[in-house]
Amino acid sequence: MLEELIVAGFGGQGVLSMGMTLAYAGMVEGKEISWMPSYGPEMRGGTANCITIISDNKISSPILSCFDTAIVLNQPSMDKFATRVKPGGLLLYESGTILRPSDRKDIAIVGIPATAEALKMKNARIMNMIILGAYLHLKPVVSLDSILEALKKVLPEKYHHLLPINEMALEKGEQLIHELEEPVMLVC
Amino acid sequence: MTIEERSNIDIIQEKDNNIIGEPYETVYQKPGTLIDVDMHYCPGCYHSLVHKLLMEIIEEMDIQEQTIGVAPVGCSVFAYDYMDIDMQQAAHGRAAAVATGIKRLLPDKYVFTYQGDGDLAAIGIAETIHAINRGENILIVFINNAVYGMTSGQMAPTTLTGMQTTTSPAGRDTNIHGHPIKISELVAPLPGAFYVTRQAVNNANGVRRTKKALQNAFNYQRLKKGTCLVEIVGNCPSNWKMTPIECTGFVEEQMMKTFPVGDIKLPKAEDLKNLKEA
Amino acid sequence: MTETKLMKGNEALAEAAILAGCDAYFGYPITPQSEVLEYLAREMPVRGGVVLQAESEVASINMVYGAAGAGFRAMTSSSSPGISLMQECISYMAGAELPCLVVNVNRAGPGLGTIQPGQGDYFQSVKGGGHGDYKLIVLAPSSVQEMADHVFLGFDLADKYRNPVLLLSDGAIGQMMEKVQFHAYQPPRVDKSSWATIGKPKTRSRNYITSLFIQPEQMEQHNQKLEAKFRLMRENEVRFEEMNTTDAEYLFVAYGLSARICQKAMDISRAKGIKVGLLRPITLFPYPSKRLAELAPQLKLVLSVELNSGQMVEDVRLAVNGKVPVEFYGRMGGMMPTPESIAEHLETLIKYHHDN
Repeated sequence: MLEELIVAGFGGQGVLSMGMTLAYAGMVEGKEISWMPSYGPEMRGGTANCITIISDNKISSPILSCFDTAIVLNQPSMDKFATRVKPGGLLLYESGTILRPSDRKDIAIVGIPATAEALKMKNARIMNMIILGAYLHLKPVVSLDSILEALKKVLPEKYHHLLPINEMALEKGEQLIHELEEPVMLVC
Repeated sequence: MTIEERSNIDIIQEKDNNIIGEPYETVYQKPGTLIDVDMHYCPGCYHSLVHKLLMEIIEEMDIQEQTIGVAPVGCSVFAYDYMDIDMQQAAHGRAAAVATGIKRLLPDKYVFTYQGDGDLAAIGIAETIHAINRGENILIVFINNAVYGMTSGQMAPTTLTGMQTTTSPAGRDTNIHGHPIKISELVAPLPGAFYVTRQAVNNANGVRRTKKALQNAFNYQRLKKGTCLVEIVGNCPSNWKMTPIECTGFVEEQMMKTFPVGDIKLPKAEDLKNLKEA
Repeated sequence: MTETKLMKGNEALAEAAILAGCDAYFGYPITPQSEVLEYLAREMPVRGGVVLQAESEVASINMVYGAAGAGFRAMTSSSSPGISLMQECISYMAGAELPCLVVNVNRAGPGLGTIQPGQGDYFQSVKGGGHGDYKLIVLAPSSVQEMADHVFLGFDLADKYRNPVLLLSDGAIGQMMEKVQFHAYQPPRVDKSSWATIGKPKTRSRNYITSLFIQPEQMEQHNQKLEAKFRLMRENEVRFEEMNTTDAEYLFVAYGLSARICQKAMDISRAKGIKVGLLRPITLFPYPSKRLAELAPQLKLVLSVELNSGQMVEDVRLAVNGKVPVEFYGRMGGMMPTPESIAEHLETLIKYHHDN
């Protein structure tokens, strides 16, 4: 198994923590992992991204130009990374924020209204976990149990009371995939 | 007694250890902590005198084993050739940072820097101010002779207004070069400064007062209450182009006008009470 | 069993410093390595050790000088512009034979440059950096695990040779997270009493730390002593990693992050039937010149891949001494070569050399 993933969006959308949660979950399962953030002033309100690699084998380059999956949470990231999804790959996006998704035909493109759902759950910050739940349902690179284990490490202890709502968000993401009008066809 | 007769007595004394007639009583000798070699300092230079004062204090306080000195870049770069204590030679201006490194790891030792005005007040002013601002429990011995000695008499930040140096041949013009910087007055208001005083070794009283100031500073280091800075108005016969006696006149008539001697910041009475108890 | 942790390179390095028995850390904030100071400012006071934020990189390294001169394990870390500021004192420390660990989380330059990763400090690291005749042992980690491992190794080598050791990382290795394990470690007992300034007892002569030898005869003698030490390093401390070199006709030479990217490029090229291997220098000084010379006869082309304008390539050329063509490929300014672009560049070069 080798999953090469990029998560990109605005700083503050939980881009880095989504990748980090996946990386931790990979570690929980004894897999090889690499998490490479973009860093610097752009993190503060600008665009942020992280490349997360989960693999059964030792990881070579932590820096990649094309990806099995791109999760994009804003329009600039859609414009930048849609072209860099490998043919047959997955492009998952937040459909409330991104109004012009890619028109590529050789990849699966899935939009999830995660922001609206997060607001319905009265916590805008769990948007990233809804997306993550959707992603893991489409590509179960790690188990949901491992993600929950990972969240305990990613979330500082003072936020551990938020673990249940994060779990609900992950489930909501899965549910949203089921509710899609057209089933997602992944070429794997 | 003629000189020859005196040397005869010395020879006799050396030959057998029986002192014949005890013609003289020893009233003064160099401290054992001062290494018995010829110094490279110019005749009349105050460095040798201040070295001796420091080493006397270390011997009298019996703290040779507890003291680490830091030598600067400048004429006193070779201080470790004369002071029989463990020493480190620091890069130009960095003595206070080096001393910080030593003192933070050896908080119960006595640590002092010995720096000139080029070293401390020009290139090293940042390290000096920040070390004092942190209240590093070190002693900074600051020899201010208003000129770069080692490099042959260039203008220093402390060069007096109008004073001629090789790089201010027409005399220091404050419009061009700014004003002589008064380090002691500058650092004294910092809360980290515990004791700041300016002294001079231009006469016997001055030497006694300077020694007392240095003694105080060593003692205060035990309190761990902050930095002590003892500025000593220096001289430079070679670069001032003066005889040692003329130098002393210049110190008294010119240097002390810009750099008046006296205590600038004294410890609080309460702290000194603790010292007595300790 | 040793616990596996997920850590940033900079944090793994900081944790390793504590476990390696670092007595004192002095530092100044600069991206992309401020996590080191932050981590140690949080952990060291609790776990024993001195940590101090200095007023500048100049002060930091001079505090390291003082602490190292007093016989303690001391370190500092910074990134390129800050490391430039430290060069004076690094030269002093080499001259005064003081052990310490200096970490450079390389960012792209020159000048203020960018905070993104680079390898433009290769020359500064291995060719001197500061003034005078001296060398640093330069370790180049290429993973978060090595960010930790090289701290232990670095301190040990510094003590062994009484010489500063430079750990040359980059912004990417510093910021990325990977798995890391910390193994049990006991610092070797090193007797520093013959030179460390801790206060002179009556029973020995004074210790003094200096790099000043004003008599030319003495200075040359001291230079020769240092040179003998650097020769020993060349003989004993060369470290490198080789991949797929047995049948290699082509060779990537790359260190740190570039070596990681080259691994993937190697996989891409190998899948196309191009027999390419990788030599990754782990020590940049001493350099694995001998091994490169040994490999030269079997190779048709060597490609040095760096995040700069071509620096290490000079050492590769010196090592193979004209026996095989040596080419360079790199990106600068914080831009990264992709594995695909490296593989493509290799193919172009192979064709060029075949046709000419």
